[in-house]
Amino acid sequence: MKSTNPFALWRWEDLFQNFDHFGSGFLRTLQVAILALALSLVIGVIIGILSTAQNVILRSIARVYVEIFQNIPLVIQIFFMYNGLAMAGLVLSEFMIGVIGVGLYHGAYIGEVVRAGILSIPKGQQEAAYSQGFNYTQTMRYVILPQMVKSILPPLTNQAVNLIKNTSVLAIIAGADLMYAADSYASSSLNYGTSYVVAGLLYFILCFPLATFSRKYEEKLKKNDAMVVDIPEVME
Amino acid sequence: MIKLQNVNKYFGDHHVLKDINLEVAEGEKLVIIGPSGSGKSTTVRCMNFLEEPTSGEVYIEGNQLTAKNKLEMVRNSSAMVFQQFNLYPHMTVLGNLTIGPMKLQNKSKKEAEEIAYRYLDIVGLREKATAYPSTLSGGQQQRVAIARSLCSEKKIILFDEPTSALDPETVQEVLDVMIKLSSMNITMVVVTHEMGFAKQVADRVIFMDDGAILEVGPPEHFFENPTHERTKEFLSKILR
Repeated sequence: MKSTNPFALWRWEDLFQNFDHFGSGFLRTLQVAILALALSLVIGVIIGILSTAQNVILRSIARVYVEIFQNIPLVIQIFFMYNGLAMAGLVLSEFMIGVIGVGLYHGAYIGEVVRAGILSIPKGQQEAAYSQGFNYTQTMRYVILPQMVKSILPPLTNQAVNLIKNTSVLAIIAGADLMYAADSYASSSLNYGTSYVVAGLLYFILCFPLATFSRKYEEKLKKNDAMVVDIPEVME
Repeated sequence: MIKLQNVNKYFGDHHVLKDINLEVAEGEKLVIIGPSGSGKSTTVRCMNFLEEPTSGEVYIEGNQLTAKNKLEMVRNSSAMVFQQFNLYPHMTVLGNLTIGPMKLQNKSKKEAEEIAYRYLDIVGLREKATAYPSTLSGGQQQRVAIARSLCSEKKIILFDEPTSALDPETVQEVLDVMIKLSSMNITMVVVTHEMGFAKQVADRVIFMDDGAILEVGPPEHFFENPTHERTKEFLSKILR
């Protein structure tokens, strides 16, 4: 008779025979994460620049965007895109919903990182650029953004870690991602314990190196007495 | 060249500039002195609209400077040297000197570098072309900043306390460069406490106090017989 221990050896054997589920889920998670990260970086830079603009309207647009996406649960945003938009006739694949949903959501957070980064550059830099005749866009492009890349790298990497973990919400709309693969294998085989442990490990493998890099890089910046952008962690 | 007409500036309730009227002639070297908080920095910053006057007008070469045309006017007419140098730390010295001419005056990289080296020679820092600003001393950084202001080859250079942030031993090297510039036909407006420099270079000195111009005259006037008590008091402190 088979052992009922949730981590019994036979359960591990069964899992590794079905490991291709996890493999394809892992790959899907990776794809969604990379594309969502690219999208959130583009949005984040735009929102960050808008939120430091002199124009009140531009600043307000950025503020509204950030507040909406930060203060509504990601799950609701995903459900809204999956069910709500579908009723309005806009049907997106689960994959696209993952990329766009997670991308828009983290764009708000990265926007805050970029904003803090821009504000961390001494005012004299903008004044110098202006006194030469550079306009706002040129000042951002040539003077401000290149300078803050280093200092915002640690909080940016933390955002990437959170983004990877948050792609797991796709499981609730059957997004074929790692969490969904683990969950569907678990419920069909009843090997819940092993399945979640393995899924957790696979997320860990993606996130831990990034988190470590972020921590090490921040220490290095601090040691060199460089500016470090301190952003309070406001994540679920 | 530069004309301020009834310029007033408020920061909130604080009346920083009180009805300033001032004309600077082409090629003139004007030195502005005064205690801190007297409005002298704000005055030069109004000349390129880094601060926009609350009321009054600023004219550059007869054209009124406005919020709308300021970028174009600044691009064509003036450069500024700051107390804190404000070099771009992510670029080399050469990068700092060429970015303006390349991006704003559409010069080729080669042209811009030729100009940059010409002015690096004038400030005596040719060998630092590939260095980053953070590796230079304060005096060297300010000399690079002066070279940067020269590279755009404008008629006006505004100096906002260019030696105030420097270690005493590096002040003179910067002043020497500025003295060198004074022989070129550039209109210089210099906020400084360096009366030695004023004596050597200035056509006129302005003493500002509490947001107003209290006294104007050639540098000798300030050394020999300043009129106002406030001026005497101030000079006795800085000439000590």
